[in-house]
Parts: sequence; C-alpha cells; structure tokens
Amino acid sequence: MRSPDSPVLSITGLIKDVGPLASLDGKMLRVVSGVSLAAEPGQVTALLGANGAGKTTTIECAQGLQRRSGGSVSLLGQDPDTAGAELRSRVGVMLQDGGLPPSARPIPLLKHIAGMYKDPWPVDELIGRLGIDAFSRTTVRRLSGGQRQRLALAAALAGNPEVLFLDEPSAGLDPQSRQLVFELISELRDAGMGIVLTTHLMDDAQRLADYVYIIDAGRNVAEGTVAQLLQRNISADAAQEHIRTLLFESRPGLDFTGVLPATVDVREARAGSYSVTGALTPEDLAALTAWWAAHGIMPGSMSLEARSLEDVFLDISGREIR
Amino acid sequence: MSRVLGSAPAPLLRRILLQGKYEALTMLRNGEQLILAVVLPLMALVGLTVTPLLDGLGGTRVDVAVPGILALCAMSTAFTGQGISTGFDRRYGVLRFLSTTPLGRTGLITGKILAVLAVLLLQVLVVGAVAFVLGWQPTTAGWVPALALLVLGAAAFTALGLLVAGTVRPEATLAITNLLWILLGALGGIVIPAERLPGPAQELVHFLPSGALGEALRDAFLAGTFNGGATLILLLWTAIAGAAAIRWFKWN
Repeated sequence: MRSPDSPVLSITGLIKDVGPLASLDGKMLRVVSGVSLAAEPGQVTALLGANGAGKTTTIECAQGLQRRSGGSVSLLGQDPDTAGAELRSRVGVMLQDGGLPPSARPIPLLKHIAGMYKDPWPVDELIGRLGIDAFSRTTVRRLSGGQRQRLALAAALAGNPEVLFLDEPSAGLDPQSRQLVFELISELRDAGMGIVLTTHLMDDAQRLADYVYIIDAGRNVAEGTVAQLLQRNISADAAQEHIRTLLFESRPGLDFTGVLPATVDVREARAGSYSVTGALTPEDLAALTAWWAAHGIMPGSMSLEARSLEDVFLDISGREIR
Repeated sequence: MSRVLGSAPAPLLRRILLQGKYEALTMLRNGEQLILAVVLPLMALVGLTVTPLLDGLGGTRVDVAVPGILALCAMSTAFTGQGISTGFDRRYGVLRFLSTTPLGRTGLITGKILAVLAVLLLQVLVVGAVAFVLGWQPTTAGWVPALALLVLGAAAFTALGLLVAGTVRPEATLAITNLLWILLGALGGIVIPAERLPGPAQELVHFLPSGALGEALRDAFLAGTFNGGATLILLLWTAIAGAAAIRWFKWN
C-alpha cells in the first residue's frame, strides 16, 4: 500500500528503444535514455521539452501504453506493464490526439466510458463543469479543437482518478477554454489529485506546474519549482548588473538611440512590440519614461522580467534549431 | 471541491457487455456498414432466387442460396465492417484511449467480438425472415451445426479483419477488406458453390475461409450434415489469423 505522502508516480532510469528502423540501417533508436522523475499527489508535475524530446514516450511508458526497454516505473505502487483493471480505474489519461471516436456524440460517449467504473464522476457534473452542454449534440468529428480537448479531459476524468495524465493539455484551446481547463486543473490539484502533464509551452508550465522536469533529447536536464529554475544559472555578476528584459507595446518604428545605453539590446519583434534586454539601471528606466512623457507616448502595456522560463529552457537545451 | 478520489473498475462482464453494446450500436448506425451487412446480402438473395444460376445443385434456388448468403453476412460484419471500424479506431487513437480505461485491451477485443455476434444474429433474423417469405425450407437438423459454423466463421473473419486493421493504414484496410469482400463474395465459393466456378478456382476455394464456410453451411441446411473438413479449415484460419493478429497488431 502506498502511504499518503509517497509519490503517485516514480520513474527511475527509464529507457525506451524503438525500431529497428530502416533509416538507421536496421538499428534501434533510443528515444528515452535514463529519465527519472517523481510526481506527488496534490501537485502538478510538468514535463517540459521541445517536440520530440521524449515527453510523450515517457508518460506513455508510465501509463502502460508503451513497454519500456529498461528502468523502472511505479504508478500508485504498481508496475503499469503488468497491472490490470484495478490500477487503470484509478488513473485518468488524456492523449495528445484525443482518442475519441469521430462519429460519437459527447454525452453517450461519456456515459459509456463512465460505465467502465464502479463509482464514476457523475457525467452530468462533468458536462456542466467543462461546458460540454454547449455542444452535446455535435459529433466529435465536427467539434472545434478546444471543444474536443474539453471532451477528452472529461473522458479522462470520468473515473474520478487519483492520477491524471495530460499530454499537451492546452493544444488547440481557445483562451476561454484554456481558462476553464486551467481552473479545473488547479481545483483537482487542490483536491489531492496527482497531475502529470507534458507541454512544450513555457507559459503552461509557468502557470500550472508545482514542479517542472525539463526533458531534452530523451534525458532530464533540469528540474525544480518554477522559482528554482528561474534562479538557476544566474551568475552573481548578472544578478548585480540587473539583467532584465523590459517588454512593452507602443507605436511602431520608434528609435531609442540616445535614450537607452548602447549596451542594451533593443528589438522590435513585431510592429509596435518591443523588447529591451540588458543591464538596465533605474536611471535607464527613468530616461525611457521621461522620453515617452516628452513625446506624449503612452505604452499599451509594459512588463519587466528578470528572466523567463523560456530563457532557462534555452540556456539548458541550447539555442540551435533542431 | 470535496470529493474522494479514486474508483474501482466495474465488473469485467459488465465492461465487456457495455463495450459490445456500444460497438454494435455504432455499427448499426453506420449507413455504409448497414448496406454491406443487410442490403447487399438481401439483394444477392433475391437475385439468386430469380435467376437460374443455382439450378441443378440439389435443392430449390432459395434453399441453395440462403446458406451462402448467411456466410456472406458473417464476412460482411466480421471481416469488412469490423476491420474498417477497427482500422479507423486505431488511426484516431480510440484503441489506445480505451485501453487506458478499466476496459483494457482484452476487454476491447472481446467487446468487438460480442458486437460482431450481436449484429450477425440480427442479420440471420432479417435474412431468415426474407428467405422464408421466398419459400426457404431448411433441414431442421441443420440449424445446430449451421449456427455453430456461423459463429466459427465469424471468429475466423474477425481474426482476419483484426489482422488487416492492426497492421496497415486504415485507408488500405478499407480497400483490402472491401476488395476481398467483392472477390470472395463473387468467386470465393461463398455464395456461388465451387461447382459453378471456373476449373482452377474449384480446388482452391475449398481452402479459403469463404469457401469452407459457404460449403459447410450448405451441407448443414440442405442435407443436415456436418462437414468436418470445412470445419477444420475454418479452425485453422481462426488459429493462424488469430495468432498473427496477436503477434503483429499495432495499437498505434
């Protein structure tokens, strides 16, 4: 039996080889080489990494959808490769591609899935909570990306699981659905559910995750809370020099020569969307705002960040395009 | 939110029955599958009773035709219909998702087999009713072996359908299972007995699941006899295709 505080999922030295592949002269390809992680109940654990980093393979080995080539996996104290219906009834899975039959209608489908459990989450409650009544008469194939994701989440929650796996949960979500889904995830976490999600979006990890594992090329390369990761790799010098990124929206085509020191990097990423990175001082900020005041410019938005999770991620996994 | 997390699985039998019911209803709601499962076999039945194609084979036209039509029904549902729906379920990740629920892989496959049997039962009722109207007089002693053979034939064709659906793309499954349905339906000894086929085909069709099932059902309903050789061939197809499907079926 698992004690209440032990991890819901622990993976040690996971290895997964696929193949043999014709493109590698019939050799096996190692897609996961030694990933280790632990996910706690009542926490959101994120696997963050670029596409192809091995995140989905890792969680599919944890779900028993793929058989691992090496290492060990313990899901609620059991081995997913050999466990049966009892374990599956305690684990909810939302796949990246949804996995819902295109010709099905949402409510009969959810009722069918709920029927597989002894004590399911009441379907009516799920429908209301995820706003499924708005499209209950539409077949899966005609749903929008966001509606389909919400239905897939409802299907994963049908059994009222102790562990919930979400593979790229915000893919295709419109802002309203995203808000709805993120609020629900936070509530489920507070109710004690252990949530494991994969994402390639820094913003998802930053908003949702209690603990983040950065996965790159099939390995863990860094881990920690979002705050710990943001602190990582900042040298004492950099901290003293106040390396900051200032983001603001304003009129397109502004020229800040002479306003800001030549050592800072000013970019206009999109027309009217500026980023200023460098050792900014309070005086630089004062000069910039004074210049705005003199020219009658009011920025549409502005924010100052020490470092984004994206910077950390790029520092760790390299900036080259793969 | 105050809820106690965690559930237990519903009993195994209930999970399998639920899946069987769900899959059977899905099949019956699909217009194309319904044409393949009911409309085309009925058209073939009527066609064979108004043309002299089956004359001189030891029974009335309808008596010779009906066993073959029932065999065709088994092939429609178990092989073509089941193969195509499984192929697309695989494409859309439905098989993977359902295998993460308490249903699991074994429950999913068992549910599919149940659905095939349920639809086949409906086909037997519909075809049987139309056949009686057309004057069908089956040998009473033939019913027990015939129903057993239909189940065995459905098993062989389900295994073959799953083998195709689990190893190639769904578009290829669609093409292969439809093409084989037409080829085996016309020339596989299923509806048209081997004696009426061109010379080289006659010997071959005895060893095909279509020919074996058609022949064994005709023996049962026309003469009330049990065809051991054809039964053995069906058993072999079931075992070989089943083992191959277990070995090579890809879930994603």
